Amino acid sequence: MKNAWRNFKGGVWTEDINVRDFIQNNYTPYNGNEDFLEGPTEATDKLWGRLQELQRQERAKGGVLECETEIVSTLTSYGPGYIDESMKDLEQIVGLQTDKPLKRAFMPYGGINMAVKAAKTYGYTVNEDLQRVFTDYHKTHNQAVFDAYTPEMKKARHSHIITGLPDTYGRGRIVGDYRRVALYGIDLLIKHKETDLQNCGGRNMIDKFIRLREEIAEQIRALKNMKEMAQIYGFDISLPAQNAKEAIQWLYFGYLAAIKTQNGAAMSVGRISTFLDIYIQRDLDEGTLTERQAQELIDHLVLKFRMVKFARIPSYNELFSGDPVWATLEMAGVGTDGRHMVTKNDFRFLHTLENMGPSPEPNLTVLYCSKLPENFKKYAAKISVNTSSIQYENDGVMRPIWGDDYSICCCVSATQTGKEIQFFGARANLAKCLLYALNGGVDSKIKDQVGPEYAPVTSEYLDYDEVIEKFDAMMDWLVELYVNTLNLIHYMHDKYYYEAAEMALIDTDVRRTFATGIAGFSHVVDSLCAIKYAKVKTIRDENGLIIDFDTKGDFPRYGNDDERADDIAVWLLKTFMNKVRKHHTYRESEPTTSILTITSNVVYGKATGALPDGRKAFAPFAPGANPAYGAEKNGLLASLNSVAKLPYEYALDGISNTQTISPDALGHSDEERKNNLWHILDGYFDKGAHHLNVNVFGVDKLKDAMEHPEKPEYANFTIRVSGYAVKFIDLTREQQLDVIARNAHERM
Amino acid sequence: MLKGKIHSTETFGSVDGPGIRFVIFMQGCAMRCRYCHNADTWALASGEEKTTGELIKTANRYRAYWGADGGITVSGGEPLLQLDFLTELFKKAKAEGINTCIDTAGQPFERKEPFFTKFKELMEYTDLVIADIKHIDPDEHIKLTKCKNDNILDMLKFLSEINKPVWIRHVLVEGITDKDEYLIKTAEFIKRLNNVKKIEVLPYHSLGAYKWKELGFTYTLDGINPPSEERIKKAQKILEGKA
Repeated sequence: MKNAWRNFKGGVWTEDINVRDFIQNNYTPYNGNEDFLEGPTEATDKLWGRLQELQRQERAKGGVLECETEIVSTLTSYGPGYIDESMKDLEQIVGLQTDKPLKRAFMPYGGINMAVKAAKTYGYTVNEDLQRVFTDYHKTHNQAVFDAYTPEMKKARHSHIITGLPDTYGRGRIVGDYRRVALYGIDLLIKHKETDLQNCGGRNMIDKFIRLREEIAEQIRALKNMKEMAQIYGFDISLPAQNAKEAIQWLYFGYLAAIKTQNGAAMSVGRISTFLDIYIQRDLDEGTLTERQAQELIDHLVLKFRMVKFARIPSYNELFSGDPVWATLEMAGVGTDGRHMVTKNDFRFLHTLENMGPSPEPNLTVLYCSKLPENFKKYAAKISVNTSSIQYENDGVMRPIWGDDYSICCCVSATQTGKEIQFFGARANLAKCLLYALNGGVDSKIKDQVGPEYAPVTSEYLDYDEVIEKFDAMMDWLVELYVNTLNLIHYMHDKYYYEAAEMALIDTDVRRTFATGIAGFSHVVDSLCAIKYAKVKTIRDENGLIIDFDTKGDFPRYGNDDERADDIAVWLLKTFMNKVRKHHTYRESEPTTSILTITSNVVYGKATGALPDGRKAFAPFAPGANPAYGAEKNGLLASLNSVAKLPYEYALDGISNTQTISPDALGHSDEERKNNLWHILDGYFDKGAHHLNVNVFGVDKLKDAMEHPEKPEYANFTIRVSGYAVKFIDLTREQQLDVIARNAHERM
Repeated sequence: MLKGKIHSTETFGSVDGPGIRFVIFMQGCAMRCRYCHNADTWALASGEEKTTGELIKTANRYRAYWGADGGITVSGGEPLLQLDFLTELFKKAKAEGINTCIDTAGQPFERKEPFFTKFKELMEYTDLVIADIKHIDPDEHIKLTKCKNDNILDMLKFLSEINKPVWIRHVLVEGITDKDEYLIKTAEFIKRLNNVKKIEVLPYHSLGAYKWKELGFTYTLDGINPPSEERIKKAQKILEGKA
C-alpha cells in the first residue's frame, strides 16, 4: 500500500473504501488552456488506423464483424485479445471483450432467444448444445419475466404503450466504481466484501438477507475472477496500482469485467477523468511520465471504449439505433466545497476527439456549470463545434441531489458512484395514453381493448376539462401497470442476471433508484394546448373510434417560452411523477422519471395514431424533452427557455434536449461560434435546465452523408441524438430522415 | 409608451453585433435592394404593434445568455424610420444596463430637422451601429436599391465625427458590387473614418428569393451565384486596406 499511495494526501479513504474522499484530497484543479496538449503518437495513429479499418470491414459486413457461437462469455472464457496481434506491443492499455477485436460475445443470460436471434441476423448459428442448456436446463431472465407477466402486461407491451422494456437483455445502467480496482486493488475489495458477508443476516435470516448473502458471495467470486482475467493479460491486480499506466489498466479491467458479463443497453464508465488525473499528475511530478505519454495512455484507453460491442437483434437496433453502448464518461463539475473539478485530464479526454477524430463512444459528458474556468468552457465549446460529439449536463442542479462524485449511468441519468444503482425502466407512451383516454381504452391502431373500458369521448369537438379528466384517469391505469411491470422485470433480473462484477465494485449497502420515463411529451403538451386554445374536431372511423383530428385556429406550443404551453408541460411532468410515487417500487427503490427517448422516438411514433397537435399518424415523436418539430417559432433561446422550465426535481432521471445549430447561425468565425456556444450553455444551465446535446452542422451535410455514406469524410461523422452520440451513417435510413426533418436552427 | 411596428423578433441572434443578441426586426423600409432577403419587411403599413416596455420585458428573458458582450440589436426593415420608438426603447435598455446596437442601411439619415436632433439623441443610447454600405458608386447605388447614397455616406461621416463605434457591412454580389474598382473606392472611403471597429464582407445568397415570389415581386438576381471563398477573402482584404 505504502508505495502505491506514495505522495497522496491521506484522509478517510485510507481507512475505508471511499474514492470520493481520495479525489477531494488529491486532485489539482486546472485553470489554464489547451496549449499543453500533445498530438497522437505513432503507436496511436497505427492502432487507430487499424481499428478504423476493422470498423470499415464491420460496416461492409452489414454491421457485425464476427459473432461468438461456441463460448458463453464469462470473465475468463477467453485468452488475451488485441486490436492487432502484430501490433500488440503498441497497445498501452490492453483487454478485449473476446479474443478478437469487435467480435461480439455470446451472452445468453438476459434471454437465449434474443442471443440466438442476434447471431442469426448476421449469419451465425449458436451451438445447439448451448441453446439447449439455456432453454432446458438453465432459465434466463427473459423466460422468467414472461412466466410472470400478466395478460394485461403482455397486451400493453404488444401495443407499445409501454416499450423498450429490459426484458430480453441486460438492464444496464449500473456503474461499478471501476476506480476502486486501481486505488485499492482486488484483495482489499474482497476483504471488505467478506466483512459485509459476515455482518449480513446473522440470527435474523429473512428473505432479504438470504438473497443479499448470496449476492455478496457472487460478488466475491466475481472479484476473484477479475484477478484471473487480468492474469490472462499478464497483470496482477491484487494490489493497488503503482503508477498512472497501472491505474488506467486496473480501472479498465474493472470495466472490462462489466462488459464481458453484462449486455445492458447502457454500460457507463463513470466519472474517471479527475480520478486518473491524480495518478498522471503524480507521475508527471515524479518525472516518470511525459505529457506525450500521458496523452497516449488516455488515447489508448479511449480506443478501448470505442470498441465495446454487443450482439443485438433488429428490433433493438430500431429502438437504439447505431450500435450505441453508452460508455458514458464524465468530466468537470464543481465540488461541494466550491472548487471546480476541471483537471488537465478533462482536456486530454476531449483532445482524443482531435487526436483520433470524432466518435460516438465513449459518450463524453461535461458536467457543466457557469463557474467552470473560462479556458475549459472555451475548449469544450471548440470541440463541440468541430465534432458534435459532446453532451453537457448541469452540475448545478445535480450536485445538490447527488453530491460531487456522481456518474451518468446512461445518457443523462445521475447515480452516486459506487453508492447507488438504478433500475432502468424504459418509458411509457403518454401520447398513446391520451388517445386511449379519448377512445375509452381502445387502441386505434391495433383495434383492440388494451386499456380499461372507461367511457370514451362522444362529442364532435373536444372539451379541455373533459379530456383532462379522462386523461388523468387513463394515466392512473397506465402508471400502475407500468410500475408493476418494472417491479416484475427487476425482480427477475436480480434473480437470473445479477450484475455480480459491477455490484462487487459498489457498496453492499446500496441505494436504489427506480427510473421510469415519458415518451411523446411535447406532443401531449401541444395537443392539450390545441384542445384548450383552438377548436379540435374529432374524425372517427366506421366503428366510431377517433382516428384523426381537424384542428382549427392558433394555439400556443411548447418551445416558444410561452407560459400558456409551458405551464401545461410542467403540469404533465408533475402529474406523471406524482402518480409514479403512489406505487410500491421494487427493493425499497426511490422512484424517478425521465423525459428522454433515445432514438426510440421513431418507434414510439410509429405505434401512435394522429394527435390533436397536428402530428400525423405514425410519424416520429420529437425526441426526449425537445419541442415538436416545427413548433419553435421564436428561435433557439426561446426553445431552450421552455425546456429549462421543466423542474429537474420531478425528473431526476433526466430531461434530455438535443439541439442542432447550423455553423452559420452560430457565428461568422470559429472564435465567434465557440464563444457564442459557451454563452448559450451558461445561460441555459443558469436557468436550471438539465441537459443539452449540441450539434453544429447544416442540413446539407446530413443529406449528403445520407446519399454518399461511402465518402471518407463521413466514416466518423458523429452527431448527437437524444441522449447519445452516433455515427450518422450507422443510423437506419428512417432515423436519418427523421434527423434531417428536424428543424436545424439556421436563420439567415 | 410608444408603440413600434415590429416584423418579428429572434431570441438567438449570433451574427447581429457582439455576442448573443435579442434581435428586433422592425417593419418598413424605403430601399428596394435587389438582393434583399427580407422583402417581407418592406411594407410600412403592416407588422405587429408592440410597446417598448413589452419588448424590453421579452428581451430580458434571454439576458442569462448574453454574458458580458451580448444585448439587443434592432434591425429590419429600416429601424431609423421609427426614430422616436427606438430612442425610447434604447433609453430603457440603457437604464437596465443592456448593450444596444442598431443594424441600419442609413437611408433615412439627413442633417435636417427634426430628424437630425432625434438621431443625435438616439446615438446617446446606442453602443454600436452596424452600417451597411450597399454600393459606393452613386449611380450603381440607385440601380441596386432605388435610393441615393450621399446621405448614407454622410451618416457614416457623422458617426465618425461623434466617434460612435461602427461595424461596416458590405454584401458581395457578382457583377454588381464584386468589382475591384468599387471595392477599392469603398476601402478609401472607410479609411477616412476613425470609428470603424470591424468590416464584414457578407456573401450574397439567394435564400430570401422565395419571399419575393410569395409577395408577387420579380426577383432580378436569379442565376447569380454566391461568391467563392477566395473572392470573399480577397474582398475582405481590399476593404481592410490590406490588399
